[in-house]
Amino acid sequence: MPITRKDVDHVARLARLALSEEEKAALEEQLSKILAHAERVTSLDTEGVPPTSHAIQLANVARSDDVVDPLSRDDALANAPAAEEHQFRVPRILEEEE
Amino acid sequence: MTAPSAQFVTTIGLEIHVELKTRTKMFCGCPVAFGGEPNTRVCPVCLGHPGTLPVPNEKAIELTNKIAMALDCEIAPHSIFHRKNYFYPDMPKNYQISQYDIPIGSRGSLDMEVGGESRWIGITRVHLEEDTGKSVHVGGGGRIREAEYSLEDFNRAGTPLVEIVTEPDITSAEEARVFAQELRSILEFLDVSDVRMEEGSLRIDANISVEAPGRSGTKVEVKNMNSMRSVFRALEFEEERQRNALMNEEELVQMTRHWDEKSGVTIPGRVKEYAFDYRYFPEPDLTPIEPSIEWLRQLQEELPELPIAKRRRWMEELGLGPYDAQVLTSSPGVSVFFEETLEAVKDANPKQVANWVANNLAGALSDTGERFSDLKITPSQFAELMDMVASGEINASQGKEILSAMLLTGTSPGSIAEERDMRQVSDRGELEAVVDEVISNNAEVADRIRAGDMKPFGVLVGAVMRATQGKANAAVVTEILKEKLGAS
Ligand SMILES: [Zn+2]
Repeated sequence: MPITRKDVDHVARLARLALSEEEKAALEEQLSKILAHAERVTSLDTEGVPPTSHAIQLANVARSDDVVDPLSRDDALANAPAAEEHQFRVPRILEEEE
Repeated sequence: MTAPSAQFVTTIGLEIHVELKTRTKMFCGCPVAFGGEPNTRVCPVCLGHPGTLPVPNEKAIELTNKIAMALDCEIAPHSIFHRKNYFYPDMPKNYQISQYDIPIGSRGSLDMEVGGESRWIGITRVHLEEDTGKSVHVGGGGRIREAEYSLEDFNRAGTPLVEIVTEPDITSAEEARVFAQELRSILEFLDVSDVRMEEGSLRIDANISVEAPGRSGTKVEVKNMNSMRSVFRALEFEEERQRNALMNEEELVQMTRHWDEKSGVTIPGRVKEYAFDYRYFPEPDLTPIEPSIEWLRQLQEELPELPIAKRRRWMEELGLGPYDAQVLTSSPGVSVFFEETLEAVKDANPKQVANWVANNLAGALSDTGERFSDLKITPSQFAELMDMVASGEINASQGKEILSAMLLTGTSPGSIAEERDMRQVSDRGELEAVVDEVISNNAEVADRIRAGDMKPFGVLVGAVMRATQGKANAAVVTEILKEKLGAS
């Protein structure tokens, strides 16, 4: 199933990407090709094969509940574009109309 | 056209979030605590810095399994984490690590009692995820829409969070409250969370819809219920609102509404909900969780007796009434206090002790907002008080007075009684002298009683009690009075 312009707009919106018309046109084509490639996999017989979420046969990797010293607050905030009262300052979260 | 209220059917499902009581966060070693100076418990992992990798906290996985087991869930032999993608500044990675199609626990149930009737509420799923940070909106009166900007504190970001979702099996606001209280008790007995709604370690959201004959329901999500009482009030309000709309043939809209505790109403959130598309996909940085049968068996053995089982056992074995049994199993603090008092008493019987703990002691604590863990007195001190009441050394009202003093000072009941000269007088000789005096001072009343009129008998008992500053043993006084006046 080819990707439509509507699909590109939707995915771009979800990823918060502002795309130009040229970029959208290019992506429409590229994403369609990627999907077509992925669809080849579905032609394989996967009867009785459980879905795989990970390529490595590994389970239960975990750590014990031991405290590691956190960053100093100054370090934590050092890369923030804006900080105020020891907190990360971010632009208004919700616009009037989404 | 109005339909009688009996024809309305209310359907409620709850979604509960519980912050786990671990020492560290879900995917990094930052300490977990409530409050504190902003951004003092953060690191590159929970700040979502590029290139960092999450490592799950094994304690959090263990506690989630315990919750799932206590709720009688099927435990997945293989479960995985997913990324839930959305943009919000309190979540620095732009995705939340959560679980999606294979949660740790599913298809469970919670057994509870409403009005003496047993009710089973289905548990759809129990899954593990991470909490977000906290935002403060600056300007515009602190409202998100009018704010100029927001400030983010990531101390809470990454705290292990368990989500529990019920089936839509709940049929009233009262059932929802009972469910929430029962679940809170279970979580407390499991010792997996602080379950403090006021601090957000227990958060409850609800979906509610009311149907009328020929009118299907409209699902409304209710948020911002910050206490057990507000769960009840908000759902009762929402049920009534939807019933009225159905009766008046008004249109109901599927939406999120926020409970406003002060005005006692639910307020509409955004009506235009755009369909969320979280683009869930398996978290590639984390391995699956595959608990061994032996480990699960061991966890099962470690599970404590759950409150409802304890409640039924005490009603059966100790003959406790349903109210006392309910109060005594509402938290592990009160349960343990009751059990230890029982072990220490000599004369008092379990029903008496239960009654005192559930009413006088629990009542005094709820007045001050304290918990049993804050108590200044020990079970053995309380047992001493119970024995003093049971043996007749002091009467019930003296017992209550002593208890109040004990709660303030933490001193033993014996020394308080001594100090206040409050020992009950049961000595016949001592009381006979007082009774004689009272009879001679109330000759007319005494004559009426001698003539067989028992109506004023209480007047004389009262007079003896006053003469002894309430210390006389009323049973002994009654006995002496009857003998002396030839009454029966
Ligand atoms: Zn961290």
